[in-house]
Amino acid sequence: MANELKVPTMAELSAAGKSPEVLFWVGCAGSFDDRAKKITKAFVQLLTKAKVPFAVLGTEESCTGDPAKRAGNEFLFQMQAMTNIEVMNGYEVKKIVTACPHCFNTIKNEYPGLGGKYEVVHHTQFLRQLFEEGRISLEGGKFKGKRITYHDPCYLGRANNVFEAPRDLIRKLDAELVEMKSCKQRGLCCGAGGAQMFKEPEKGDKDINVERTEQALETQPEIIAAACPFCNTMMTDGVKNKEKEASIAVMDIAELIASAEDL
Amino acid sequence: MEYLPNIVFAIILFAGIGYFARNVNRLRRNIKLGRDVDVSDNTSLRWKNMARIALGQTKMVVRPIAGLLHIIVYAGFIIINIEVLEIIIDGLLGTHRVFGSLGTLYDVLIAAFEVLALLVIVSVTIFWVRRNILRLRRFVKPEMKGWPKKDGNMILYIEFVLMVLFLTMNGADYQLQQLGADHYTQAGAFPVSQYIAPLFEGMSISSLVVIERTAWWLHIAGILFFLNYLYYSKHLHILLAFPNTYYGRTKPKGQFKNLDAVTEEVKLMLDPSADPFAAPAEDAAEPEKFGASDVMDLTWVQLLNAYTCTECGRCTDECPANQTGKKLSPRKIMMDTRDRLEQVGKNIEANKGKFVEDNNQLLDNYITREELWACTTCNACVQACPVSIDPLSIIMDMRQYLVMEQSAAPTDLNNMMGNIENNGAPWPFNQMDRLNWANEE
Ligand code: SF4
Ligand code: SF4
Repeated sequence: MANELKVPTMAELSAAGKSPEVLFWVGCAGSFDDRAKKITKAFVQLLTKAKVPFAVLGTEESCTGDPAKRAGNEFLFQMQAMTNIEVMNGYEVKKIVTACPHCFNTIKNEYPGLGGKYEVVHHTQFLRQLFEEGRISLEGGKFKGKRITYHDPCYLGRANNVFEAPRDLIRKLDAELVEMKSCKQRGLCCGAGGAQMFKEPEKGDKDINVERTEQALETQPEIIAAACPFCNTMMTDGVKNKEKEASIAVMDIAELIASAEDL
Repeated sequence: MEYLPNIVFAIILFAGIGYFARNVNRLRRNIKLGRDVDVSDNTSLRWKNMARIALGQTKMVVRPIAGLLHIIVYAGFIIINIEVLEIIIDGLLGTHRVFGSLGTLYDVLIAAFEVLALLVIVSVTIFWVRRNILRLRRFVKPEMKGWPKKDGNMILYIEFVLMVLFLTMNGADYQLQQLGADHYTQAGAFPVSQYIAPLFEGMSISSLVVIERTAWWLHIAGILFFLNYLYYSKHLHILLAFPNTYYGRTKPKGQFKNLDAVTEEVKLMLDPSADPFAAPAEDAAEPEKFGASDVMDLTWVQLLNAYTCTECGRCTDECPANQTGKKLSPRKIMMDTRDRLEQVGKNIEANKGKFVEDNNQLLDNYITREELWACTTCNACVQACPVSIDPLSIIMDMRQYLVMEQSAAPTDLNNMMGNIENNGAPWPFNQMDRLNWANEE
């Protein structure tokens, strides 16, 4: 893990007259949240290993506006969206990959109406394609035979019907994929969506992430795989709440792939 | 006097249909109170959705037991109604089993109706047990207290009684045919009601005729009653499921609509050449209200949604907030919207076609803020709904009203939005530090 990461920015590439194959949209969590930064780095390692010419916006990136929109602040959302679109259109961005399903959904579905039309893929889709094209490969690795359950992020699964890409990647690990009782279209939310991440929950008799973690624990997994930095936080907290953090890890799919081969 | 039954029948029939037409008009008037929305896109997909989801019941079978039973009752309902056509013709013309001349086909039809009627009786009984004895969780939530609970049972009773009347009528008819009674021509096959016939053993022709006629009249009167009961009931879905699935969502569930009015303003703000101090044009239209605080602020599709709701509670059952004991229930959102819309409709009727302010609104008087803020926008409710209702869109419109018209977001969310506005991230980090992760160990 110690290798220095090389992360080119759009500004640098453009100054050199080059353009990347894909823009990696890091997102706020991926940029600032300590846990999510590890996912970002794992994904960059994979991009580097597959020799994908990529770039990030760096300090020119700003929140997509998703949490503002789901909180009801359409104004702030559109301010953010249009500012980002201006930057990306300035660089003539064509294709975007992101490890955050919220960024993925917003840029893919809500930006086009505001003038931002790009091909947007989630990192699990992108990684699967790298495998298909033979740009990365994996032989068994250290997760062979491990019980892994996968939590569908709402904004990747139900909202955009991406169910198989992350599962295909888990299968590549030769791991045993075990499904929770509510999965795919009927997957239960982790509790973070709709700007809930940023506020205290309303009064109830349980926290949503604990409920979802209990469903995950029913499958007796060794690893809970996630594909969203917010789900990751919620499930990690849930596992801690159940005092299982010593035996069960919560990992992003990109981390699983990157560490399977000890990059 | 000979034509008295025909005349009475005609009067009942036209009264029933007339009253129904009046209710349909009310319904149209209320739904049209909603804002206009463009639904002209994706026509072929829309037809497909209607055929699949409403006609084909594809979403019902996600829950196999309820789904199967529902398909039986639904098929029974539609198919047995072919029989109603015959009843109407017989009633008006004074004929008896006018389709009897179809011969074998008629026998097959009647036999099929009978088998279905029996299956409906069985299914309806199981439904009743699920609601009242097993008390399935989704049927005993707080919003189901009172009328909704009664309504749910009432429908089961009506269906049960209608089917029993239908079979009694056939049983008596069969017996009369055996006895060679006048007017009762040999027609039809009675695989189910022939087992009722022994109950009539030894009765005189005249008492049998009384039984047969009574069942016949009650059956058609019951159907007309049922038709008019729909408007007051969640059972309206048997009609509205069709338009509702047609007008349902065609875009990915994660795509929330962008408000055009906001786009205009944001463009102006970001346009360096625009004069921020320019006075608004004289003829500028009244600025549009953002979001929804009452039913008139919703679109007519959302209002149609509210009338279509079957109160099945599948949405609420899958809702993460509801599952963990929060007040939010997407079914209640739909029921509240419908109840408030009804209140507005009655207000309009009482005031000669004009709505008079009643110091009531959907927000606070029906749906509380606590419910609205508990939603994770996970779309589980939208996915679960068997008739393509979108409770989430109403929640979002009401949040927009709270935030953009009232600045009434919870403090935590205000902080989050302040951060986005100032630093471009929901947390208080500097945008200039956005790439620091690349150099951290
Ligand atoms: S979108 Fe909101 S109301 Fe619907 S199921 Fe999810 S949390 Fe519940
Ligand atoms: S909104 Fe749909 S799922 Fe929810 S109660 Fe109504 S019909 Fe059932």
